[in-house]
Amino acid sequence: MKKLLIVALALMLTVAAFGQDKLKVGFVYVGPIGDHGWTYQHHDGLLAVQEEFGDRVETIYVENIAEGPDAERAITRMAREGAGLIFTTSFGFMDPTINVAANFPDVKFEHATGYKRADNVAIYSARFYEGRYIIGQIAAQMSESGVAGYIASFPIPEVVRGINAFLLGAQTINPDFKLKVVWVNTWFDPGKEADAAKVLIGQGADIITQHTDSTAPLQIAEEQGVVGFGQASDMIKFAPTAQLTSVIDEWAPYYVARTRAVLDGTWESTDTWDGIAPGMVRMAPYTNMPDEVKALAMETEAAIVSGELHPFKGPIYNQEGEMVIGEGEALDDGTLLGMNWYVQGVDDKLPG
Amino acid sequence: MTGVEAVILTIITAATPLLLASIGELVVERSGVLNLGVEGMMIMGAVTGFAAAYTSGSALAGVAVSLGTGIVIALLFAYLTQTLVTNQVATGLALTLFGLGLAGMIGENFTGLPGVRLPNLQIPVLTDLPFIGPVVFGQDPLVYASIAITVLVAWTLARTRIGLVIRATGGNHHSAHALGFRVIAVRYACIAFGGACAGLAGGYLSLVYTPQWIENMTAGRGWIALALVVFSTWAPRRVAIGAYLFGTVWIMGLWAQGVGIAVASQLLSALPYLATIAALVLISGNRFLTKANTPACIGQPFVPDR
Repeated sequence: MKKLLIVALALMLTVAAFGQDKLKVGFVYVGPIGDHGWTYQHHDGLLAVQEEFGDRVETIYVENIAEGPDAERAITRMAREGAGLIFTTSFGFMDPTINVAANFPDVKFEHATGYKRADNVAIYSARFYEGRYIIGQIAAQMSESGVAGYIASFPIPEVVRGINAFLLGAQTINPDFKLKVVWVNTWFDPGKEADAAKVLIGQGADIITQHTDSTAPLQIAEEQGVVGFGQASDMIKFAPTAQLTSVIDEWAPYYVARTRAVLDGTWESTDTWDGIAPGMVRMAPYTNMPDEVKALAMETEAAIVSGELHPFKGPIYNQEGEMVIGEGEALDDGTLLGMNWYVQGVDDKLPG
Repeated sequence: MTGVEAVILTIITAATPLLLASIGELVVERSGVLNLGVEGMMIMGAVTGFAAAYTSGSALAGVAVSLGTGIVIALLFAYLTQTLVTNQVATGLALTLFGLGLAGMIGENFTGLPGVRLPNLQIPVLTDLPFIGPVVFGQDPLVYASIAITVLVAWTLARTRIGLVIRATGGNHHSAHALGFRVIAVRYACIAFGGACAGLAGGYLSLVYTPQWIENMTAGRGWIALALVVFSTWAPRRVAIGAYLFGTVWIMGLWAQGVGIAVASQLLSALPYLATIAALVLISGNRFLTKANTPACIGQPFVPDR
């Protein structure tokens, strides 16, 4: 009996010792880690956090959490389990994150791609549109039909901004460049994304680009002999002759920095929106294109990094032909974050 | 390739996995068993088929393994529900959850790998015919298999003794038992057949549709297949019509957006489901259709001599 007590006591002590300064960092994912796209890249960030801090942190995650009420349950559970820092990595987790955060004032929350903040909720996103401007430029040079197919997920500002940036990039090369947009109303359904790609190619698009999370569209492009762009991660393995480049999300440095801030006690609710220059967005190697196209892409990338070029510089016209911003100015972040209109030339009506 | 041709080809590939999975489930339900684990069997077929094709380099080996996996998982369901007489609804749901989880685990080492695609049929001269060629003679083998299976099932159920026994088992298992038919054995066989079809449907996704392994790649198709069985009022011919109708509405929704028809995309995305619901409502309004084929014993456990 005595022995048992000693063992129990020892156990309790070790548990207590472990529990003391170990920070639990939680991640809530909208899709599976194996999507090889959006969630895959966030999980890469989790691995980086674990590697950087080793024994000082414990990382936990949940996959495939639907946007909506279920997200609130998942986030709450994570907070109850003692997570000190929680990253919620999809736009649709915005309200659930805010709601849960109100109940757990001591837990720090970080919400990706949203716009609502609180004292213990920071937000962060990447300026993917910088990358999309570059791929638009490449598309206009590579396309023979002058038509690109764009597989879009949901009509939120993030996605609309990407479409606009792509077309603005393309218009610098070919002012008549056409963009066909298909909304699939899902972030992740390889079959549906593939179907959309096939339909778009059938309608004459010879460039496929996407704002959904799987590798399927690019694979269809490869199969049918057209070219396209990867999304979120480098997808070259799936389309060795079709991927021109990919707009890669690089969350790892941010996740490491934010975890460090919590460990050091310097965490504050912040609003981060970084692009190519700070390294939150990265372009995959430019492949399967002539040297001059590649050279221009690298030039544009350098101009964006130096701040010389803003993808949303004026003059920009909307679909009705009204000037939104004039020569010499660029759209400010507030306008970009709330973007719910198409630029002139998009061959689509924005869904309600 | 013309636009119309591309649309038809896309519809066929969209409809085939649904047809495969639902024709299998139809046989299961006609024998009086409700297996809600279609999604789980499909995803298992998808992952093992991909793994086999990737390691062996042969897509056909992948197809065989998908089929086999479907049978194994289905037999697990059969053992639980038929031998141990567990609740079929709960067991089926558990099978789906189990399948999705296990597939994710098995597939961990196979994510992000380029797959092997099952080649399309290539008949000299015939496949080269304009339009007819690619549509009729240039599909992948599983498209033909799905149609052949449907015809075979329709014929077996309607015209053969085996079909009669299956229908009797589903219609009234006590009578079938009294007549000397081995109800449990018949149901085991039907469940295994359903598993084979669901496994094939999964294999279709990872070997033809999008030749790669991605977690959750079935994306709810198993559930649509289940709905299609009810939609068809358990008639094989109508299952085929339903699968192709669903595929058509599904693809037309995407197509309409591409040509710039101004309809809300959310509505277009919901349209296949709305069409299914509408058809279900119409059918359930028709007493003759609903009574004709509905297996009376569906979902009821059977224990001999009780």
